[in-house]
Amino acid sequence: MQLNKHRNIASALAMASCSLVGQQAQAVTPDSTLDDWKIDAALMYYGEQDRVQAIEAIGNVQKSFGDTSLLDMKLVVDSLTGASASGAVAQNSSQTFTRPSGNGEYTIAAGDTPLDDTFHDTRVQASANWSETLTPQWKVNGGLYGSKEFDYMSMGLNGGVERSFNKDNTTLSLSGSYTYDVVDPVGGRPVAFSAMALRKDYDTEAQFKAAFDQTRLDGSDDKSTADIMLSVTQVLSRRWLFQANYGLSSVSGYMNDPYKILSQVDDTGTSQNYLYESRPDTRLKHSFYMMTKGALDSGVVDLSYRYSTDDWDIQSHTLETHYRYYFSGNFYGQVHLRYYQQQGADFYRPFLVAGEPLPEYASADYRIGDMNAYTLGIKFGQRLAGGHEMSYRLEYYQQNPENNGTQLFGQLQNYDLFPQVKAIVAQFSYSF
Amino acid sequence: MNKSVIAIAIIASLSACSSLGVQPWEKDQLARADMALDAEKLDLALDDHIYFSKEGTSGGRAFAGGGCGCN
Repeated sequence: MQLNKHRNIASALAMASCSLVGQQAQAVTPDSTLDDWKIDAALMYYGEQDRVQAIEAIGNVQKSFGDTSLLDMKLVVDSLTGASASGAVAQNSSQTFTRPSGNGEYTIAAGDTPLDDTFHDTRVQASANWSETLTPQWKVNGGLYGSKEFDYMSMGLNGGVERSFNKDNTTLSLSGSYTYDVVDPVGGRPVAFSAMALRKDYDTEAQFKAAFDQTRLDGSDDKSTADIMLSVTQVLSRRWLFQANYGLSSVSGYMNDPYKILSQVDDTGTSQNYLYESRPDTRLKHSFYMMTKGALDSGVVDLSYRYSTDDWDIQSHTLETHYRYYFSGNFYGQVHLRYYQQQGADFYRPFLVAGEPLPEYASADYRIGDMNAYTLGIKFGQRLAGGHEMSYRLEYYQQNPENNGTQLFGQLQNYDLFPQVKAIVAQFSYSF
Repeated sequence: MNKSVIAIAIIASLSACSSLGVQPWEKDQLARADMALDAEKLDLALDDHIYFSKEGTSGGRAFAGGGCGCN
């Protein structure tokens, strides 16, 4: 009791002294300059209503060597479970699907959106970056990246150069990265547009297995991603800065989602087959990003806009803002708002119609369909003794998929083929 | 059309750079830790991972990247 009382008095005194010193006090951060190690750690929970749940732990270590060199290392471990939309449409009778491995099946009740509940994975990711200030004007950086999950492996490297002009008020940077991914799906890679083999259609397990194997390709496949980014950061005034980025990303290789299917329906909207999806094997993306950030007397605010377009015809607009307010020198609250709007890929199809010729590519994955999404978040942070900081974040994320203009007929009109996805994000972070 | 408008806006902002800015001794507010572009590095990394997994586009602030089979 006594101790607590003292602590309360101490913190009250600390707060009082901060308010005496004035608003400048919040700018004082007794951290990295005094100590050349900086560690940030966070634990995040992401949970969708009735769908995917994820726990992600992240640790970042920064070590400076003199005034010119900085090493940044990051380790991420995440674990996913739960169900995700398979791409098949809801029906007025129950539907049975073969699991991706071919071992076992699962049944979805009449009227429900088909979710594949086999989804579970653990992922480990590590990266290291080195940054070196060569002269007051020139800075270079380079890094390595690797991640591994059960059916996916990724390795990458990146590098960049930065030049400042105009008394350090303008910074131009050019950076690039290359990532090589290997995909090795559970049960093998599905043959594009092959029909899912279903146990009920075969007399024996051997016949079913033979039919299932016909829908699969042996071995793994790969994907390469090359990114280039050009960035300019400009100091606008004593309190405001502006950043503009242009990013070009070229992806080639295996881009199908091996666990997604499309329903092939007859003219009454009744599913006849489930076909594995087929996506192009190249994609070229452009993004334009602009952000302005301001130092306020009692906080900090940023506002950003991103426009993205690609040769799959996916276009998106993203508006995002964070506003932080310091209740005292050691305690702040922050609001986060984000709005995202996406026009889907030209090959996005909510379903296929039996008897019509197959398109060259098709996917019913709602994530590349038309949609909008928003995020509402709050965060509270507290500065502790010795430069430590603790923060809590709670966010709500909602996706609203939309029909891309496809005409619904028969029983398809009775169901919500574009259901909303609602998720909660909770996070605890600690820095020291 | 949209692309060219944005390109012109970026070029215009670049050409205006030389006349903008403050003196080195006027950078006190900009030097605040919470004004760093990566001030909330872990939040940004976690957000990027969520949106990369759940939406059709990624990148912009940083590389669009590979490294995940989710989109």
